[in-house]
Amino acid sequence: MMSMEKELICINCPMGCRLTAVVEGDRVISVSGNVCPRGDSFARQEAVDPLRVLTSLMRIEGREKPFSVKTSGPIPKRLLFDCTREIMAHKAKLPVHVGDVILHDVCGTGRDIISTQEVLT
Amino acid sequence: MMMKTDLVVIGGGSAGLSAAIEARKNGVEDIVVLERSPYLGGILRQCIHNGFGVHKYKEDLTGVEFAKRIADEALALGIRCIRNTFALDISPEKVVTAMNPEDGLFQIQAQAIVLAMGCRERSRGALMIPGTRCAGVITAGTAQRYLNLEGYLPGKRVVILGSGDIGLIMARQFVIEGAKVERVVELMPYSSGLARNISQCLEDFDIPISYNSTVVDIKGRGRVESVTVAQVDAQRRPVPGTEFHIPCDTLLISAGLIPENELTKAAGIAISGTTKGAVVDDSLMTTLPGVFSCGNVLHVHDLVDHVSEEGARAGANAARYLRQEPAPAGDQIAVEDGFGVNGAVPQLIRREGPETVQFMFRPRDKFRSCAVCIDRDGECVKRVSKMVLAPGEMCTVSVERSLLNTARDKIALRVEV
Repeated sequence: MMSMEKELICINCPMGCRLTAVVEGDRVISVSGNVCPRGDSFARQEAVDPLRVLTSLMRIEGREKPFSVKTSGPIPKRLLFDCTREIMAHKAKLPVHVGDVILHDVCGTGRDIISTQEVLT
Repeated sequence: MMMKTDLVVIGGGSAGLSAAIEARKNGVEDIVVLERSPYLGGILRQCIHNGFGVHKYKEDLTGVEFAKRIADEALALGIRCIRNTFALDISPEKVVTAMNPEDGLFQIQAQAIVLAMGCRERSRGALMIPGTRCAGVITAGTAQRYLNLEGYLPGKRVVILGSGDIGLIMARQFVIEGAKVERVVELMPYSSGLARNISQCLEDFDIPISYNSTVVDIKGRGRVESVTVAQVDAQRRPVPGTEFHIPCDTLLISAGLIPENELTKAAGIAISGTTKGAVVDDSLMTTLPGVFSCGNVLHVHDLVDHVSEEGARAGANAARYLRQEPAPAGDQIAVEDGFGVNGAVPQLIRREGPETVQFMFRPRDKFRSCAVCIDRDGECVKRVSKMVLAPGEMCTVSVERSLLNTARDKIALRVEV
């Protein structure tokens, strides 16, 4: 089978390592350019089905200002907008603490929407 | 009556809080942090995106989470943080004049001061963009505040001038929150933001970027209706005939940050022409003994982890100064920017001190397979290989002091291609 090289930038941390993944079909044969093991696993996933942590804003009942939320882990990039719609459609209830689960298993990703902000009043 | 305290920290963001925390851990009991806003955490409070704390906490946090963690740590240590308080002046005798709604105008006599005021965004006025004075021209950080803290989406069709990190982060967030980002326009042939942000903020959402281009006109009655973009030549001047119009309702400006050093200047502290921050030695002490500088007010960083680390160093060194440990003997050695190096910090090296000296600087251009050389009186004493250097990414190199402290004249940093 023909193998091809994919040039990627690791987004795990702000180092932004330039990675090269050698891909055969939907299999990653080798990864180079990474300085840590996370770069290797990032490239193996990114070349096949990219994952992203989603951060966004959610409304709270009875309060004008929103609060910030994130997915509890990376979700498939193709589902970013579906998850955003779920977040926008929901209104949380006071109080909210950092780490509170607001929505379970968003869009079937197996990840939750959790609060990253404390709002007590 | 004048308050007296050992250490005054000006600014309750990540640099100032890290400095206060580290000073307390090093035995300074009497610390006052002055914070302009009603909240601690500084600009991180409006950074809802993740990617913070990977070095400091070994965790991928959002800016909001990072801010809370560092503020909680300071409060748990019982550090006195006075909020809603604006510092007006620092005298050469280290008297800080400040004001707030409760106490009015008041003064604090400090034994040591840490400057941690952060930075400010370059605005439309500073860039001198011609065109109509219509609404809808705002800096990326202002848009971030409107959206994340106030809950208003400040535009639906957006053009972004400059590819700084805040602009890139906002490009992604505008798309996620339902707006359209038409284009990013960058004056230089490269991005001033991190590579990972070009990838995950622009390429992920198919947002086009024009390099070697700038906004030459803004049109609109009441509100922005379009901007005119043109290519620039090697001297960064617009090339006639290359103009095209982009209909939009908002122009975001993400064209650099300037350290906020009005207080520093008022105290008579020397300012570097390149970093626009204070001139410091390798203990982060400014030219006014007992006054230290750290974080984005010293030089603009890419990562809060580095800001926090620098703040902690300033705090530890302020504690050392307060213990009145004898100052290192001898003069200080000047550090110069050589080829490819912009704004190396620190600008002065003491002949004695901790074993290693850490330099940070911004590369002047993109370089591949290169090295950073440190010259002592013109002779290379250290060579550090680098795969990639880019202006958008701060470069750090550590050197043994023993290699530097015998310099007769100067130390220079340069890039060897």
